[in-house]
Amino acid sequence: MRLLKLVPDNTNIDFLKWRGIAFAISSLLIAASVALIAIKGLNFGVDFAGGQVIQATFQQPPALDDLRERIGDLGHGEAAVQEFGSPRNISIRMQLPDEGGAEGANRAAQDVRNALEAAYPGARIDAVETVSGKVSEELVRAGGLALLLAMIGVSIYIWIRFEWQFGVGALFSLFHDVTITLGFFALTQMEFDLNVVAALLTLIGYSLNDTIVIYDRIRENLRKFRKMEIAPLINLSVNETLSRTIATNLSMLLALGALFFLGPDVIFSFTAALLISVIIGTYSTAYIAAPWLIWLKVTSDSFLPKDPVSRAERGPRNETPDGARV
Amino acid sequence: MLGFPRWKVWLISLICVVGAYYSIPSFLPERIAQQMPGWLAPQVNLGLDLAGGSHLLLEAETSGVARQRIENMEDILRRELRREGVQYGEVSTQNGRLSFVVRNPAQVQRAVEISRQQAQPTAFGGSSEWTVRAEGNRVSLTPTEAGISAAIDQAMDTARDVIDRRINALGTLEPTIIRQGSDRIVVQVPGLEDPEALKQLIGRTARLEFKLVDLSVTPEQLQSGRAPVGSQILPYQEGGQGNGRIAVQRRAIITGDQIANATQAFDQTSGAPVVTIQFDGTGARRFARVTQENVGRPFAIILDNVVISAPNINEPILGGSAQISGSFTVETANALAISLRSGRLPVELTVVEERTVGPDLGKDSIERGAIAMAIGSGLVLIFMLLTYGRFGVYADIAILLNVALILGAMSIMNATLTLPGIAGFVLTVGAAVDANVIINERIREEQRRGRNVLQAIEHGYSEAQSAIFDANITNVIAGALLFYFGSGPVRGFAIVMMIGIVTSVFTAVTVTRMFVSFWLRKRPRELVI
Repeated sequence: MRLLKLVPDNTNIDFLKWRGIAFAISSLLIAASVALIAIKGLNFGVDFAGGQVIQATFQQPPALDDLRERIGDLGHGEAAVQEFGSPRNISIRMQLPDEGGAEGANRAAQDVRNALEAAYPGARIDAVETVSGKVSEELVRAGGLALLLAMIGVSIYIWIRFEWQFGVGALFSLFHDVTITLGFFALTQMEFDLNVVAALLTLIGYSLNDTIVIYDRIRENLRKFRKMEIAPLINLSVNETLSRTIATNLSMLLALGALFFLGPDVIFSFTAALLISVIIGTYSTAYIAAPWLIWLKVTSDSFLPKDPVSRAERGPRNETPDGARV
Repeated sequence: MLGFPRWKVWLISLICVVGAYYSIPSFLPERIAQQMPGWLAPQVNLGLDLAGGSHLLLEAETSGVARQRIENMEDILRRELRREGVQYGEVSTQNGRLSFVVRNPAQVQRAVEISRQQAQPTAFGGSSEWTVRAEGNRVSLTPTEAGISAAIDQAMDTARDVIDRRINALGTLEPTIIRQGSDRIVVQVPGLEDPEALKQLIGRTARLEFKLVDLSVTPEQLQSGRAPVGSQILPYQEGGQGNGRIAVQRRAIITGDQIANATQAFDQTSGAPVVTIQFDGTGARRFARVTQENVGRPFAIILDNVVISAPNINEPILGGSAQISGSFTVETANALAISLRSGRLPVELTVVEERTVGPDLGKDSIERGAIAMAIGSGLVLIFMLLTYGRFGVYADIAILLNVALILGAMSIMNATLTLPGIAGFVLTVGAAVDANVIINERIREEQRRGRNVLQAIEHGYSEAQSAIFDANITNVIAGALLFYFGSGPVRGFAIVMMIGIVTSVFTAVTVTRMFVSFWLRKRPRELVI
């Protein structure tokens, strides 16, 4: 059987040749993302903005304007009404009443329920979510803190396992990935809720997979080829791991794609965030995480013990002519 | 690589068989699974977003606890001071403390002693719960922080129990009621169609009081809301003069604490739904005495500081029971009866977060999640097979085993599967192949360098190890933070992710290695990878 080979053997693409351009593009993307987040803002779901969302399924697709008006007439304020997955599935989002607290929210939900059942026979309430302002503020804080701690935590781990330059490189590439994903959410105004934060945390874990695999190879090559310049060495490492990068990310895309197109609508933004981050993460590994090592001046000596005694103890390494260790 | 000890083979097989076995009950229909003994058929719990149900986060108004505490102390001190013959006045409960003036300066010392005595911690060795101070002839008692938080803690425990009793009175629901932090309670009730009734039931404090109506209050006083000493003005929706308000005496004849039972019934004349309550011994005696003394005067039935009704006492009520009528439906009357039976909440609770999912949406989510998972996994399996041939088959077996093991581990741990958890499964399948991809690519590479089959495989596994290890540790870090900071469904995702990391390393590295070692025993001369 002839096996599928996505990447030909012994590729030698000079990835790093474009690192200047890539850096410019990335900087531009990050700047654009920050600007988008600042200007358009993220479309916070009720988790983070507080409020009430009622999801309903109708027998026939309702006229949205009509529905919006009916709910507006209830006197609980303006409602955002939109389709959710299909024209028969509608999500109705309302602000929480300023007064009356839980009681008021309860009454609003009950009124909407009654109004829907009266005006649209067979309409079914699928889900109700109510989050008070106080809880949503806490969720924002907890979510932000979790993201920050995750980025710092994994970077410290990489610093311990590798060298400080690798930790910094990983931190920058994570920052890059997370910011651009957030920028994407600001651009599309897709709903940003707790699930998306979960997706971002997952992205931090998985985007680092790629980074670690390449870093691991760079470290190995640094030990192997002491005399090699750092740029070609990184290029070699990226090329050597290229087929694994493609294979793994492709299988991730296959799995996520199925979830994106066929999975439940409720987690649509979750899968969208993951899908984007897989793509961005693959790019940032080669063009952000790796080049930082050049800028931070990693050399073969970075992996030698600092004191001369133990260096001497290491003795000569057992290397074969082709450079592979036995 | 060749040497794969027999005990290891047995151990790996055992883990796989046990894990895979425990994943089966979750697929069995409820009926069959329930007939099997519990330890043989543990099932994965479905989260509320899949099974349908309500998740409520209740927050207590804790400032009420401190106030209540001061008021209780006021009652006790008034009684004690009177008994000891200490003349006092100007009692104030303002600014979070209780203070009073002792008329006779010679008695100040005595008053302080009495206050100290009453303020002593109830439990042996407990920290001081009140600070007692005397400035001139004014004695003040301030509850300490520790005292207040102990009181809140106690109140929250009681509240939890009360909610438990109330929900259980609704019937066969299987609620989860747990305290969260210092002032919150999480209530999860699966499979509930209408959460409104539930919220009505647990949101109500159900503080019931019977008080005499103060007839001396003028309409002007009612209008202004300023009551004479010893009285208070309360809202009264159903009647009363002046803005739907009514004045009642501060002292309660009887409170909800003295209720022995409460049931929903129908009024004998009008047929309207009512709640009948039965007082306990002391309550009945007290009620009899007060009604005897006040025939012809009205008394007010007050629920959560709102007057429900204010009937006239036509004759002494000696039987120890009373009837509360108002504009009830059968449901609301029943809910009130349950609330009264299960005791009043010691704190006021408000719903600060609610997530309710209807059973149909949950079913739809499971269905579409399962389809997405089947197709996603199928694509990955085919991709691996096409890319790595024989080693792809090994990887595929590892993936399938991995899914079974995650499910089995979750069943044994009685973990909860949520919708993001299903996504976690799909993702785990996508990511679990990474270990195999790293190993297999390495083997390809080593072959290209001219190594023979055995050496290439040996190197493939050993050189890939550090990358696989590091990559999984970082995922564990992210997963742990996700679990710690996440709530509900997101936690479900974190659980799947973390279990998946452990099982995927086991299946992708250890299990495939076992298969490879079996194959190597045949001394293959060529490896197509």
